[in-house]
Amino acid sequence: MDVGAIFQAAFALVVGLDPGFLGIVFLSLRVTLTAVLIAALIGLPLGAALALARFPGRAAIIVCLNALMGLPPVVAGLAVFLLLSRSGPLGPLGLLFTPTAMIIAQVILVLPIVIALTRQVIEDLWSEYRDHLRSVGLDGLRAIPTLLFDGRFALATALLAGFGRASAEVGAVLIVGGNIAGYTRTMTTAITLETSKGDLPLALGLGLVLLSLTLAINAIAFGASRIGARYAG
Amino acid sequence: MTALPRRSLLAAGLFLGLTGIAHAQAPAPASERFITVASTTSTQDSGLFNHILPLFKAKTGIEVRVISQGTGQALDTARRGDADVVFVHARAQELKFVEEGFSTERRPVMYNDFVLIGPKSDPAGVAGTRDIVAALKKIQEKAAPFVSRGDKSGTHAAELNLWKVAGVDTAAQKGPWYREIGQGMGAALNTSGAMGAYVLSDRATWISFKNRGDLVISVEGDQRLFNQYGVMSVNPAKHPHVKVADGKLFADWLTSPEGQKAIADYKIDGQQLFFPNAGQAGA
Repeated sequence: MDVGAIFQAAFALVVGLDPGFLGIVFLSLRVTLTAVLIAALIGLPLGAALALARFPGRAAIIVCLNALMGLPPVVAGLAVFLLLSRSGPLGPLGLLFTPTAMIIAQVILVLPIVIALTRQVIEDLWSEYRDHLRSVGLDGLRAIPTLLFDGRFALATALLAGFGRASAEVGAVLIVGGNIAGYTRTMTTAITLETSKGDLPLALGLGLVLLSLTLAINAIAFGASRIGARYAG
Repeated sequence: MTALPRRSLLAAGLFLGLTGIAHAQAPAPASERFITVASTTSTQDSGLFNHILPLFKAKTGIEVRVISQGTGQALDTARRGDADVVFVHARAQELKFVEEGFSTERRPVMYNDFVLIGPKSDPAGVAGTRDIVAALKKIQEKAAPFVSRGDKSGTHAAELNLWKVAGVDTAAQKGPWYREIGQGMGAALNTSGAMGAYVLSDRATWISFKNRGDLVISVEGDQRLFNQYGVMSVNPAKHPHVKVADGKLFADWLTSPEGQKAIADYKIDGQQLFFPNAGQAGA
């Protein structure tokens, strides 16, 4: 296949600013970033608590969370699908085939990554600064906010890993979103659709745009952490 | 700690930034009035819906959200109550759906036909013939590669019927030349192109398919390749939440002179993809 055609397709998409295409890009960002945000709000404190707390079964929980980082998206999607289907337990909410359903599925995929990586980061920090933190009166769970703040750059990488997982996956959003044009079609499901229509240049063009977006978001995060490091020391 | 205010500022900024993207940049709000239609890959991949749905919305204000799946899967989606209307192409499965009480009425909408697609090199020597059953027998005799959808779609059902008429037991042939891929029509065409295999396709998907490579139409024009589409709205007696009135409006419109004209008007490179036949007895 002509490589030029791929770049041409990607270029036409970006320059054309077609509203349908912009809708797809915005929906992808909206779903993925919302999922990462929710996973961060739950996962950062939970991961830190898991790092500091000592209780029976803790090792088993850590192993399970680490294993869940490898949860196949299609399995997460299927579970959410069965839960939200009209014939499932949460059917009356009518959430299947909506962006909300896609966010739920992606939170399930991102959360183990955020918790597991946060746990590791905070545990390392704690073993390093335990004595110091205790001397200023911060012990146990009260040390969590300080530890989270001190580990913010490593934790940003954990969130970026979660973002990467969510933005790249197609299995879960396809099942629970249904790839409805103008409503639940994301970058990855659009790529799947164009591949099945045999429009491979357009599919790869979309892939190129998605990669560029991911690159831009990572660059912004990197820049922000650099600036943050300079001022917050 | 002097970092405290900056910390909360950072957190607040991050939060606002993320939720801002979550809300402000959301696509234009979808209209409140919508129905969910479970349909086949052929109606979607061929571009038919892109052509007719805006016309329906302009007339009624109802947005149609299409989930495109194989016919068997689409019917199951409706059986679970996750769609208001099904628009598919496998008459026997549709009549069973009505018999089970999931719909009160099946209405014929349109037809096109299946075509046997194959590589230009034509290893089975069937190119240009019209008898699909004889062609399938030859493919089996020569053990020429054949890709089957294998996904319980309408096209898969039609293919299995034709093998049955040809007296070939495909269940016993899986593997060496009869290759079941369990995917949609477009994916099956992509795979056939890459393998140099024969494949049964609906004509609409074939006409709109862009990655043909060495593939050409090998067999067409046999009456047994007829492909009928039907529409059914889901019975509220089975699923009380379904949007009966709006679903019926859509089915009514598809079978009305206006909807039928919209279907007939859809063409790619001057070729009509679907032929309306609502109200035709026995279709």
